[in-house]
Amino acid sequence: MQDLLRRYGTGLTGAFILLTAFWLLVLIVLPNLYLLENSFRPYLPRADMGGPLDTYSLNNYAKILTGDSPTEVFGFTVVLPVHVKSFVLTVGYSAFVTLISFALAYPLAYYLAKVVQPKSLPTLFLLLFVPLWVSEVLRSFAWFIILSLKGPLNFTLLGLGIIDEPIRWIAGYQSIVIGLVYTYVLFMLFPIYNAIQSLDTNQIEAAEDLGSPWWRTHWRVILPHAKPGIASGAVMVFMLSAGSLLVPVLLGSTDSNWFTQVIQQWMFEAQDWNTGSAYAFILLILCTVFVSLVMRVFRVKLSDIAK
Amino acid sequence: MHKTRNFLFHLYMALFLFYLLAPLAVMGGAAFNDSRFPSILPWRGFTTTWFSQLLADGRMWNAFVNTVLVALAVVAVSVPIGTAAAILINSITGRVRTVLYGLMVAPILAPGAVIGISTLLFWNQFSVPAGLHLSVLGQVSYIAAFVMLLVLARLQSFDMALEEAALDLGASHGMVLRRILLPHLYPAIGAGAAIAFFQSIENFNVTLFTRGNADTLTVYVFSKVRTGITPTINALALIMIGVTLMGAVVYELRRRRLERLRGE
Repeated sequence: MQDLLRRYGTGLTGAFILLTAFWLLVLIVLPNLYLLENSFRPYLPRADMGGPLDTYSLNNYAKILTGDSPTEVFGFTVVLPVHVKSFVLTVGYSAFVTLISFALAYPLAYYLAKVVQPKSLPTLFLLLFVPLWVSEVLRSFAWFIILSLKGPLNFTLLGLGIIDEPIRWIAGYQSIVIGLVYTYVLFMLFPIYNAIQSLDTNQIEAAEDLGSPWWRTHWRVILPHAKPGIASGAVMVFMLSAGSLLVPVLLGSTDSNWFTQVIQQWMFEAQDWNTGSAYAFILLILCTVFVSLVMRVFRVKLSDIAK
Repeated sequence: MHKTRNFLFHLYMALFLFYLLAPLAVMGGAAFNDSRFPSILPWRGFTTTWFSQLLADGRMWNAFVNTVLVALAVVAVSVPIGTAAAILINSITGRVRTVLYGLMVAPILAPGAVIGISTLLFWNQFSVPAGLHLSVLGQVSYIAAFVMLLVLARLQSFDMALEEAALDLGASHGMVLRRILLPHLYPAIGAGAAIAFFQSIENFNVTLFTRGNADTLTVYVFSKVRTGITPTINALALIMIGVTLMGAVVYELRRRRLERLRGE
């Protein structure tokens, strides 16, 4: 601090502090405090705001527990409130998307870091980057076309005689999972690639020379080294999936209801911003818990994840 | 042994690239198909109607202008904020730094819907109605973090002795910043501005909750897909992909030329 003052003087240092304070307070901290405060207040007509009815309560949060929806899980019937079910499914499917992305990305990250000729890397990366530059809306839209009942996928499969009837791809949650994996798999690939790339190839060769089978080399040498990358990728993919609104709306079916869709319904269809903020806050807590969990399990710091 | 392994890896790489790029090709191809529903199969004949329909669509042009204006505003606000925050945090150590750093990075990880809703509610308290100005503020809250991270990384390679020397030689504080620190940071600031611009164009979640009745391109495409979908969206997609691809190729060619020059 003293150092800043000496180098840039009071005026400039003050400007730095003001800009940073504006960002942290006005754009981040205060809005979130308002979100929290609003989530405890009832949804009232404008005239009643600040009146005797305007008291703090947990009613908005309690709304998540209303409206039972029986669900069959592995032959057992579980009765869950509608929105709890949507929350649980969102978490579950986001974790599933994260796992699939890891399974798809890990071999590729290893290939890019250790197998491929370094000469062809720039071209490969250029090709890999193309989808990232295409906006998320368009990427989900592409799958909307591909998966539609009369779309190219069914047309091809029918033409090849693999199926006799067109498959309804956009059903349940499967189309959402397909769309999310496609949209976010690269966020898993690049951090893992960066991590594996920093591993000394001699270590892999040493393991092989000492007779380690390929799977043990991966399990004992490469995977542990790639841990920060995996943590970073997992956090990104999980958060983006759980927080995604586009993909579930575009690729969702009538049976699916992502948690962000529930929030959007409270905000725009019911116009009940207070309950909307309670639900948004629940989502925020989920994300905080998930990030801290990953940081704990993988023993990484926030600065490792946010690279 | 290694040969089969490598073959499998190459095959996997090719399949993965196909998986990534084929959907984009399908989407682009459908822009030329003379079919009311966007698809490439069955092929009903080549047409450019969808492009002329797109160009005649006033709402699209309006959304396009909005998108660019919002992106420019986001760059204009987030670059100074991100740079100032990076300089500030670089001179702090200890617990305060950890807390501030956490606060700055947190919005990158927070869901866009939460950022959008909190921005909307906060400004609503001061009777600021929803609109694109709120979208700008909401987007800046997390995009400034990207700028901060880039500038902070660049600051690590900065030699503070240069500033000391300038001060000793009688430079004013403003001069030290303008002539010594900022020129060193320009590459990071430039990259930050580019990232901020593209992040803003891509943004959907924050914009959806804060936009009021205004459209940006992402929101426009989104509402089109939900209401009446025609291949005009594919035409728009193809144009957008074309522009980004051209940018990418130009960048890559420039990079290769620079590399060759450096090699000589």
